[in-house]
Amino acid sequence: MKQVEILVVGGGPAGLCAALSASSLGAKVLVCERDDLPGGQLVKQTHKFFGSEKQYAGDRGYQIGQMLLEKAKSDPKVEIWTDTTVLGIYEDGVVTCEHDGKHVKIKPQRTVIAAGAAEKFLAFPGNDLPGIYGAGAVQTLMNVSGVKPASRVLMVGAGNIGLIVSYQLKQAGVEVAAVIEALPKIGGYLVHASKIQRAGIPVKTCYTILEAYGEGKVEGARIAKIDANWQPIPGTEEDIKCDTICLAVGLSPLTELCWQAGCEMAYIKELSGHVPITDDYLETTVPGIYVAGDVSGIEEASSAMVEGKLAGLSAAASLGYGVEAAPGLQKEAMEELDELRAGPMGERIRLGLEKVAAKGGAK
Amino acid sequence: MLINDGIPTKEDLAKVTPTEERLAKGPVSIIECFQKIPCNPCVKACNRGAITMPGTINDIPLLDDEKCNGCGLCISLCPGLAIFVVDKSYSDEYALVKLPFEYVPVPEKGQYACGLNRAGEELGWFEVERVTSGGKKNKTYTITLKVPQALAMEVRNIKVGGYK
Repeated sequence: MKQVEILVVGGGPAGLCAALSASSLGAKVLVCERDDLPGGQLVKQTHKFFGSEKQYAGDRGYQIGQMLLEKAKSDPKVEIWTDTTVLGIYEDGVVTCEHDGKHVKIKPQRTVIAAGAAEKFLAFPGNDLPGIYGAGAVQTLMNVSGVKPASRVLMVGAGNIGLIVSYQLKQAGVEVAAVIEALPKIGGYLVHASKIQRAGIPVKTCYTILEAYGEGKVEGARIAKIDANWQPIPGTEEDIKCDTICLAVGLSPLTELCWQAGCEMAYIKELSGHVPITDDYLETTVPGIYVAGDVSGIEEASSAMVEGKLAGLSAAASLGYGVEAAPGLQKEAMEELDELRAGPMGERIRLGLEKVAAKGGAK
Repeated sequence: MLINDGIPTKEDLAKVTPTEERLAKGPVSIIECFQKIPCNPCVKACNRGAITMPGTINDIPLLDDEKCNGCGLCISLCPGLAIFVVDKSYSDEYALVKLPFEYVPVPEKGQYACGLNRAGEELGWFEVERVTSGGKKNKTYTITLKVPQALAMEVRNIKVGGYK
């Protein structure tokens, strides 16, 4: 059994930042990453990030990922296991994982769960045809594997993922027929929407997909305008020829480990699903288990990085590391999060977090 | 409307368009950023202090067009690719429009590219006056297009490829 001070589950923006901040206080950290390349969603984000200098705004996502990974790799107190899937977390605090083809047991003193999120799917006739992808999968094919994923795409969903992946498809030389969105308003940043509109990709709000059709693979889709009750308006149907349909209809927090660990959970729609109840320091109701990033509510990567920082600091401080420096650094991280969430785009998150605080243990 | 389709309206644009008097004086930035999002690299980008954000990083950037000399540094540093520079002092007939560009192929100086408006509609073929790379890390190109004066506030992109 491997003994570690702090185990971080997931090597994405939240996990890497948790590892780095915990080690900065003196703790030894093991990061378990399922993929062969740590960085999580950052590795495929070719666009420039928003936020402020503190969250590396202006740098492209993959550049931020590389920078965090290089820092972690050169840090003697941080060990990274790639191709390692964490499988379970038990009452006695033992965590099991598949590592190097073996079933390995780990006994951490503290655990930070930064498992991220999974893409949501959408029910419509024909949605099982080959050629229907989550937008994130298409982004991986393009930007990680270097595979041109399609010739002509219909994008469903005008949140930031739908808008950004449409832009990146266009950059890869793929035609995007349209971005459709059932809500009356664009959910993602409007600068992303403006950027793809002026590249000739129409963004159509109040539209839904009626069906996908094709012989053995996607050959097109029928879309229609919907009314205030989400019912298709007769006469507004359009036929869109495409070989791929991308679904960018939201993410769900990957909380299996939190459930298994016995963390108190709550369904909070503003945070996009069931999330663990945490205190202000991101500790769950199970002492010693912390969460950071999308697992505690779907948000931007910039917030995930700061949450990771906060959870890592809290976990290390609880082991007695950097007890003098920790409170100031934790306060800074909390202020950074407040700043990122202060605007109208952060309203949903603020509401969700208020509900978390009301249910649980804000210290 | 912007919130429904991503295309800024005349009313949106009126808020960020300098006076004709200022436009006639020479190059100036147009910041087409209309939504409060947490983002502020433009403020740091301007070494003349022409771009400010009075409150938090969630505010909309403000441009002091008297301080702005239209250098265009902010174009490739805006993560949202929302900043353009317009120079109506170029000649009686033509204005220059500088716009951010992140596609391949990149046009070359002297070629003609098809100009697009904010809805992606083609407005005609215009000469590429200058191409500036944002550098190895930044990677965003700034394309300077020579467009008829009347289209200076319309052309905001170029069609990828087919350059003549």
